[in-house]
Amino acid sequence: MERPVQLAVENISLRFGGVMALGGLGFSVRKGEIFSIIGPNGAGKTSMLNCVSGRYHPQKGSIAFDGHDITHRPPAARARLGIARTFQNIALFKGMTVLDNLLIGRHIHLKSGFLRGGFYLGPCQKEEIEHRRFVEDIVDFLEIEHIRKRTVGTLAYGLQKRVELARALALNPKLILLDEPMAGMNLEETEDMVRFILDINQERGITVILVEHDMGVVMDISDRLVVLNFGEKIGEGTPEEVQADPEVIKAYLGGEASVFLGR
Amino acid sequence: MSVAHCGDFRQTYREDMKVLETRFIRVSVGAFVVLLYLFPLAAGNYLTSTVTTIAIAVIGALGINIVTGFTGQISLGHGAFMGVGAFACSYYMRVAHLPFWVAMPAAGITTAAVGMVFGLPSARLKGLYLAIATLAAQFILQYLFVHMDFVTGGSNGIVSPPPEIGSFAFDGDRSKYYLTVTIAVMAVLFTTNLIRSRDGRAFIAVRDHYLSAEIMGVPLFKYRLLSFAISAFYAGIAGSLWGVYTGYLSAEQFTIAESINYLAMIIIGGLGSVLGSIFGAIFMTLLPQILTVGTGALAGIFPKIGFLIMSFKEGIFGLIVILFLIFEPDGLAHRWRLIKSYWKLFPFSY
Ligand SMILES: Nc1ncnc2c1ncn2[C@@H]1O[C@H](COP(=O)(O)OP(=O)(O)O)[C@@H](O)[C@H]1O
Ligand SMILES: [Mg+2]
Repeated sequence: MERPVQLAVENISLRFGGVMALGGLGFSVRKGEIFSIIGPNGAGKTSMLNCVSGRYHPQKGSIAFDGHDITHRPPAARARLGIARTFQNIALFKGMTVLDNLLIGRHIHLKSGFLRGGFYLGPCQKEEIEHRRFVEDIVDFLEIEHIRKRTVGTLAYGLQKRVELARALALNPKLILLDEPMAGMNLEETEDMVRFILDINQERGITVILVEHDMGVVMDISDRLVVLNFGEKIGEGTPEEVQADPEVIKAYLGGEASVFLGR
Repeated sequence: MSVAHCGDFRQTYREDMKVLETRFIRVSVGAFVVLLYLFPLAAGNYLTSTVTTIAIAVIGALGINIVTGFTGQISLGHGAFMGVGAFACSYYMRVAHLPFWVAMPAAGITTAAVGMVFGLPSARLKGLYLAIATLAAQFILQYLFVHMDFVTGGSNGIVSPPPEIGSFAFDGDRSKYYLTVTIAVMAVLFTTNLIRSRDGRAFIAVRDHYLSAEIMGVPLFKYRLLSFAISAFYAGIAGSLWGVYTGYLSAEQFTIAESINYLAMIIIGGLGSVLGSIFGAIFMTLLPQILTVGTGALAGIFPKIGFLIMSFKEGIFGLIVILFLIFEPDGLAHRWRLIKSYWKLFPFSY
């Protein structure tokens, strides 16, 4: 029982001056999958996520999400379609509290404009409370109750990563792009993050595209993955298939399969 | 008493989302507003009109704080936007014979439209480049103030008729005070609510990290433009009230100096803070007046160097502003928060 394709990436080429960041890359992600993109530094993983979220515009190729061609849509329109993401380098709203960061995730779902907001009449207040409730559920889910009123800029790195995930979830997305969510985390934080990603995927049914260097985690939780090198795809398939692929082992692992084994 | 302030006993989200968090704060603010309305009964004409000018400055400062403090786009055209509001309001009253109560909001909307036009460069420009574009707005508008005689009276200036209700005209110090202070209170409430609801949060998000704001579904250009429009609307209202206050308008009242004055107000009071707009407006209105009185008194004591002392006034003003920026870089509102949290924990000040 194959699941339907949710994100179809076709023949994406992206260059920066002389640098070919992505060279004719294509893959498709099915609904409800955890799909990983791996590859050495500079392989083009972040660039690929940027093309999906709308921050970069590829010179060639197309991206379709849930049947909509989103290749040329602005980022905000993609958010409205249900694409959320986190960043390799934390990109939170530093001057705002944790709750307000999450409430920005509700922006596309809120209806009160500046007039209703400024007068803060019944409907606006009702709406604010309703969405506060939604956001509080995420706060509970990610276990960040104790910091909900803190200004984000004052939080420790690991917590900021978690708040960023919470903010992406607040959007109530169908697809979430995670760019190295475990980078710089200790073992315990990494385990928490793995648990959260699995819950997001299984309980909330959100499709996950994961970019991560921790091969133990990637091989453990991914349904399928692609391997990039210099902006090109050198392998694709289930973790087992990829680990057995001689091409991948040669190019990415320098001939040593042991990198894939456990953490 | 300190125990009651430390505890967080809020049960519902509605309670948790209250702007004035504790009963003590609610009572204090209520008392302050009552005092504000009793003030002219006790104070003389001079103090009454001083507070009237502070109230106008509060509205203007809230406006520029929306575009600069909350949305992060430096505006150097706020003084000119006030001029647009002032001249428009007067024009609507004199020529279109609209009552002030229609002319003032119409002037606000006119100014918002003008602000939006001059906010268009924000589609492409950020930071200092955008600031220069707003500076161009200041000079273009200043030019128009002088040359659009049929609206502004050109270099002669023009009268600004007083608002009326029936046969009652708002032309005395007290009636102007009540009109202006009431609108300033409304502006403070509106801004506070705006900032804690959808569009206000979007402004701050655009300021803090525009790329991720966009990724979260906040259309950047829409909010950059909207912040210019709302900011200019406030300027238009403040300008209309300025017309009521002086009764006479001329282009020299709305120069770049006025724009810089407003920018200084929110930097000293606190960028991105409603309270900071109020503090800044009070500070920048009172300081020159205190200096005038102070140097005047000194000149009386030392008549021989009186002229010298008087001429130091501007210098001292600049010096005090610079000292404030050095020692209170986060603004007066930040200092206020520190003092407040100190007293919350009193006497356990660790
Ligand atoms: N904004 C940019 N400007 C210029 N070059 C870029 C930009 N973004 C990425 N690149 C280049 O594209 C290549 C892929 O980068 P990236 O996608 O960040 O790789 P990864 O995330 O796999 O480490 C690198 O050579 C990088 O220098
Ligand atoms: Mg990367």
